[in-house]
Amino acid sequence: MLELLQRLFGREEADKSKNVAKERLRLVLVQDRCSISPHILESLKEDMIGVISKYLEIDEKGLEVNLSNEDNYLALVASIPILRMKRTYAEEK
Amino acid sequence: MGEVIVITSGKGGVGKTTTVANIGTSLAKEGYSVVLVDTDIGLRNLDVVLGLENRIVYDIVDVTNGHCRLKQALIRDKRFESLYLLPAAQTKDKTAVTTEQMKELCQNLKEEFDYVIIDCPAGIEQGFKNAIAGAERAIVVTTPEVAAVRDADRVIGLLEAAGLKEPDLIINRIRPDMVKQGNMMDIDDIIDILTVNLIGVVPEDEMIVISTNKGEPAVLDPRSNAGEAYRNIAKRITGEDIPIMPLEVNEGIMALFKRLIGRKK
Repeated sequence: MLELLQRLFGREEADKSKNVAKERLRLVLVQDRCSISPHILESLKEDMIGVISKYLEIDEKGLEVNLSNEDNYLALVASIPILRMKRTYAEEK
Repeated sequence: MGEVIVITSGKGGVGKTTTVANIGTSLAKEGYSVVLVDTDIGLRNLDVVLGLENRIVYDIVDVTNGHCRLKQALIRDKRFESLYLLPAAQTKDKTAVTTEQMKELCQNLKEEFDYVIIDCPAGIEQGFKNAIAGAERAIVVTTPEVAAVRDADRVIGLLEAAGLKEPDLIINRIRPDMVKQGNMMDIDDIIDILTVNLIGVVPEDEMIVISTNKGEPAVLDPRSNAGEAYRNIAKRITGEDIPIMPLEVNEGIMALFKRLIGRKK
């Protein structure tokens, strides 16, 4: 009965339960899809340390790498404390 | 050399086994030689859906353990002589078969049959890994519900990671009346979310319950809407270009009439 009234008064669009389902699915899939196994994240971290250490001296213990999803987009967020620049590269210019 | 197709879903209860039975029967009816492999070890069901439960002597584990020859375990269908079932074991668990054994089994079967269709257990553990091990093509079954679509998404990811690129999707048990009211996700909604190729849409159909009661796949019943959808899916699997049927809301007087006449039989 309530449904019928709502339909009569045209409130349906936003209330349609399929739209609720879609929205919930969209959000849950963003999360599901970005879950990366800790093992892979760890090996990504190690590789990053390897590459970055060629150019910069970094604090390996303070390094943080995470996937984050905000408002619909997914990003790899890394916080990498730099201890010092390597002299050879700093001087190259 | 035949083709090995796995039917999978992640979530249980969305209609994998019904789909396997119907597609397999339909392909056999079209004249192809088909073997259906139940890999749901411990929870076998494909035998009852096909009405072959009384004929089982050996099962898949007997074959992989070497207790019998492959040919001894294959059960011929009552209706089509080109359709066979390799039943799951009921008293063992999913670790009774290894992925290597599954690969070998699929290899042997596809030398004998045009289509090897594998009924995958629910879940993404060992049983799933075994079921997909020997497959060259995957079809994912989902229903228009949040939980089923979510699991389908996960399974599609796992299939792709395992080298089964571009799986096809079947949307099962859709209710055109609810879609029309906006209370069920539509075909486009689901395809948008999963971004996969759609190979068929099967409407919710009471006839499925009836045909499962009898152990006779719905594709054999010309009055069943779901049966018609499955027949079309089988044709698409063989490469025929058949457009997806638009959803019709069965509320018209003709539909009612059809149902009344249909019931009499």
